[in-house]
Amino acid sequence: MGNGTSIGKVRGSGSAKHGGEHWINQRVSAAGNILLTFWLVISLIRLPNYEHETLAVWLSQPIVAVPMILMLVSIFWHARLGLQVLIEDYVHDEGNKFAAMLLLNFYVVASVVFGIFTIAKIAIIGAPT
Amino acid sequence: MGQKPDRPISPHLGIYQRGPHMMVSIIHRITGFVLATAGMLTLLWWLASIAGGEQAYATFLSYAVDGGKDATTWQIVCNWLFRLVAIGVTWSFFQHLFSGLRHLVMDMGAGYELKTNKQWTWAVFIAAIMATVAVALHVASRMTGAL
Repeated sequence: MGNGTSIGKVRGSGSAKHGGEHWINQRVSAAGNILLTFWLVISLIRLPNYEHETLAVWLSQPIVAVPMILMLVSIFWHARLGLQVLIEDYVHDEGNKFAAMLLLNFYVVASVVFGIFTIAKIAIIGAPT
Repeated sequence: MGQKPDRPISPHLGIYQRGPHMMVSIIHRITGFVLATAGMLTLLWWLASIAGGEQAYATFLSYAVDGGKDATTWQIVCNWLFRLVAIGVTWSFFQHLFSGLRHLVMDMGAGYELKTNKQWTWAVFIAAIMATVAVALHVASRMTGAL
């Protein structure tokens, strides 16, 4: 492995040109999380009460449903990137690492789709009273 | 085309001197895990119960917040469990937030001087605990009607 051609010398040494991508995305989603969780906390404080009707009407507005969906995407994206680092640092067995990453991807995708679906349901069909 | 066996790897925990800066990094990871699991699953349950209607939301409240006078033993157990989870998630949120802000500052290349780094680390811990206590007292006073 890697004593002849120039491609052989760099093979297995990590991918080119994408080294900073994960790191940058972690920061981009962190900024998104700060803005959107701040929005959620302020919005919840401003609600007159936490009865079902109040929450359902509040969530059905586009101005609330959209940032709520964006928040779920941003948080689960951030969690996906962060937990990937945990797995890479602490799960050394290749098989277990693969299984852990698979589980993480399933968890994150299922959760974010579930969240978006529930918000869309409230906003489009409405919640039963 | 596997990993080259003799490639340099990052030194691990063993070679570093223990201190608050190490603790803040470990806790950043633990709180991140808590938020990604307990925090987000509770948030999704809350959203789903609102989507499910008034009855579903009442069920959510009876387990997560307060089962009321006719609460079953299981509901009372869940109520206390969720009070612990709520405190844990709230503290994790503030700890991860302040610790994350510290990271964003350090990403700009600032705050690496030993003394400065230590001071900001302690500031993160203290701010997170104070914010958690403030939220917990506020919620407890609302629930018991003390204020």
